[in-house]
Amino acid sequence: MHKGLLYPDAGGLYCPAGEFWIDPLTPVPRAVITHAHADHARSGNGEVFAAGPGIPVLDHRVGGANTFTACQYGQPFDLGRARVTLFPAGHILGSATVRVETDDGTWGVSGDFKRAPDPTCAPFEPFACDTWLTECTFGLPVYRWQDTGEVIAEILDWWQGCRQQQRPAVLFCYALGKAQRVLAELHGRALGPVWLHGAMQPLTDCYRAQGLGLIDTRPVSEADKGYKFAGDLVMAPPSAAGSPWMRRFPRHSSGFVSGWMRVRGNRRRRGYDRGFILSDHADWPALIKTAQDMAAKRVITIHGNGEALAGYLREQGLDTESWNLRQNLGQRPA
Amino acid sequence: MKRFAALFDRLDRTTATNAKLAALVDYFRQAPPADAAWAVRFLTGRRLKRLVNTRELREWTVAASGLPAWLVEDSYEHVGDLAETMHLLLPDSAQNDTSPALHELIEQQVQPLRQLDDDTRRQRVTELWSSLSGTERFLLNKILTGGFRVGVSRRLVTRALAEVAGVDSSLVAHRLMGRWQATPQFFQRLIAPASDDDLDQATPYPFFLASPLEDEPSTLGAAAAWQAEWKWDGIRAQLIRRGGQTFIWSRGEELMEGRFPEIEAAAEALPDGSVLDGEIMAWRDGQPLPFAVLQKRIGRKKPGPKTLQTAPVAFLAYDCLKRGGRDLREQSLSERMAALDQLLTHANDLHRSRIIDFNDWQALPELQAQSRERGVEGLMLKRLASPYQVGRKRGDWWKWKVEPYTFDGVLIYAQPGHGRRSGLFTDYTFAVHDGDELVPVAKAYSGLTQAEIDRLDRWIRNHTRERFGPVRSVEPVHVFELAFEGIQASPRHKSGIAMRFPRIHRWREDLAVTDADRLEDLKKLLPDPPQ
Repeated sequence: MHKGLLYPDAGGLYCPAGEFWIDPLTPVPRAVITHAHADHARSGNGEVFAAGPGIPVLDHRVGGANTFTACQYGQPFDLGRARVTLFPAGHILGSATVRVETDDGTWGVSGDFKRAPDPTCAPFEPFACDTWLTECTFGLPVYRWQDTGEVIAEILDWWQGCRQQQRPAVLFCYALGKAQRVLAELHGRALGPVWLHGAMQPLTDCYRAQGLGLIDTRPVSEADKGYKFAGDLVMAPPSAAGSPWMRRFPRHSSGFVSGWMRVRGNRRRRGYDRGFILSDHADWPALIKTAQDMAAKRVITIHGNGEALAGYLREQGLDTESWNLRQNLGQRPA
Repeated sequence: MKRFAALFDRLDRTTATNAKLAALVDYFRQAPPADAAWAVRFLTGRRLKRLVNTRELREWTVAASGLPAWLVEDSYEHVGDLAETMHLLLPDSAQNDTSPALHELIEQQVQPLRQLDDDTRRQRVTELWSSLSGTERFLLNKILTGGFRVGVSRRLVTRALAEVAGVDSSLVAHRLMGRWQATPQFFQRLIAPASDDDLDQATPYPFFLASPLEDEPSTLGAAAAWQAEWKWDGIRAQLIRRGGQTFIWSRGEELMEGRFPEIEAAAEALPDGSVLDGEIMAWRDGQPLPFAVLQKRIGRKKPGPKTLQTAPVAFLAYDCLKRGGRDLREQSLSERMAALDQLLTHANDLHRSRIIDFNDWQALPELQAQSRERGVEGLMLKRLASPYQVGRKRGDWWKWKVEPYTFDGVLIYAQPGHGRRSGLFTDYTFAVHDGDELVPVAKAYSGLTQAEIDRLDRWIRNHTRERFGPVRSVEPVHVFELAFEGIQASPRHKSGIAMRFPRIHRWREDLAVTDADRLEDLKKLLPDPPQ
């Protein structure tokens, strides 16, 4: 059976023509990695190809044995019989989508992407392909993002309210990407310093080292003993919520910045006071627009619950499928 | 509407009870009484009578959003709340500076929907959708779909009103009981200073609720200070006799007119100005009948002669809250018991829930162990010196229930939950062995921790076998210990049995599917068929 240009195997998404895997799930000899988030970048690979601006963060996250090759956006390079080009994905600093060209055609593969502007990374660039493998983390029409400026204004209002009540404002968000995007959006709109959880500090330093303008920050660990953070903004990863670390912020109000906050139950279940709807992923309209912009006749959903998007695009006349890239891995223990 | 939406946002943006209380107090102080009355009505969980059905709402959402119907359903399954799903799918409407007052919206636009023909109704709702935005539109949808759970308890609303009124919250709780209309006059009365005759005498008193006893009874102190009764498995009710009329109120504050004619007949002999607290039981020849018999009466507004004959009921009185028009709630339980005995000498057909003689705590465990065969749930322990309080106040009334039955069942189906648990698989179906088959015997929703729910949810997503709409069948792997209160034969269920109040006790990761229970063993627990 002709398996196509790319297909899922035991290592993840495999390209036989170039003998490489994209965002492999298990260690492989040769990998193209779209970005440094843990569900896409794993350690233990041999050769790793990634977009140049993403290498410092990638090195921080999964360094060690990997040998990195920095690729320029839009510059094709050959792997075996395949010609590979990385394009900006607009997801986080140094994130990429992958174009794979062989004699059998052209495929586009997304790691994660968004279409909304982000001061910390190059904007998404569409390219023509026959088959488009799209993420669809937020693959339902209930997910529609509002303007970033409005969300930042909501965050500032909330912080201001906390300041008036002399309470710490603890803002949870992913330590890589979202945190720096918020810090960049706050730059020039508020006065720092913003306090950072230890997990965010080195990643934020990586961003600063590449010349990005972020609001002033200080690590929480440098605060004086007994300091109450009254009226201050503190940023931390969601894993810190409910941990003993939070005792440093008596009477705090908590907020979470995430696309998931669009659904009220998601916020209430996690017990956050405030939810701010800001995502580094494409929303439903952007997923559809992107499928159109890529001019692909065939769309395959990966990463996320893709059946709704696949069904919708099928009704629009496209050839669609949903792939589970983990289908060939051993079963995950419950 | 803007003010009510702002209140909702304030309530929704904090998890702190004091902040919620402050938001409610501010609102009740500032809002016009006509609006505040509706706010009280919604926040205390009283719905409007059904205005539009959910099928229509879904169809209109399909039309207004331009999405295929299946995608609207997928979205609803994901969000778990129809009002919110509609709000998230409808196109954004322009911000508006003016919106009708809450009472105008309800009285002039929402309530009249019921009388309109289908086309006009659709047109009106679609217009409302495009005229309201943000929280206001979400709240409109909540009102249209009926459920209004927003993380505020009735008790908290009561506390806020009491603070505004400057009266005791038990008085406000009483004013909120029974039937009322959301009028400005009603709201004014809610927040009025205390007076002798501001209450309709047919309004039930708030029920005093017992707390579960977790320790041995001996921890309660001297046995002589306590009274023991059987804990009946019926419907808690308050019986009011006034002006030659009888009013029977359920604990859900429903007036059960005409449903229990035998009790109404028995109560005719009571003097005016009497209020009794007690239990409606399925009852024959001085013995309780199983709860399943009572269930035949619960839905019947006007029971026929056959139902009256096969499912007879009785009122078992266990407290006296008013006698001769005098409120006895501040008196001690022993005084109220004396009043109850005297009242019942007039009404021989009302039963008295018997007080159990016991001299020391050692006698009780043996009695409690007889609960199942006596058809009761356990024992009630009440302090003889206790007044009749409002709501669940710990210390004076305890329920000491028998240990529930348990069995080990296999998870076979899962379905997403609603509200707070939306988007997570939290509604489970469990099966036991029947020969080579697994037959479903119970559905359960509660009993797991959030961490367990999250873990199980991930597992279910990765081990789905088949989908039937929102329901997924999963590989039979996980075994859970479930508790339940009782078991009945049921021809409607494939297993032939129906359990009462099944819930998850714990996740038995130490057990394999073969260790789960067998249907024939569960059937041994069935009560003997009635002669």
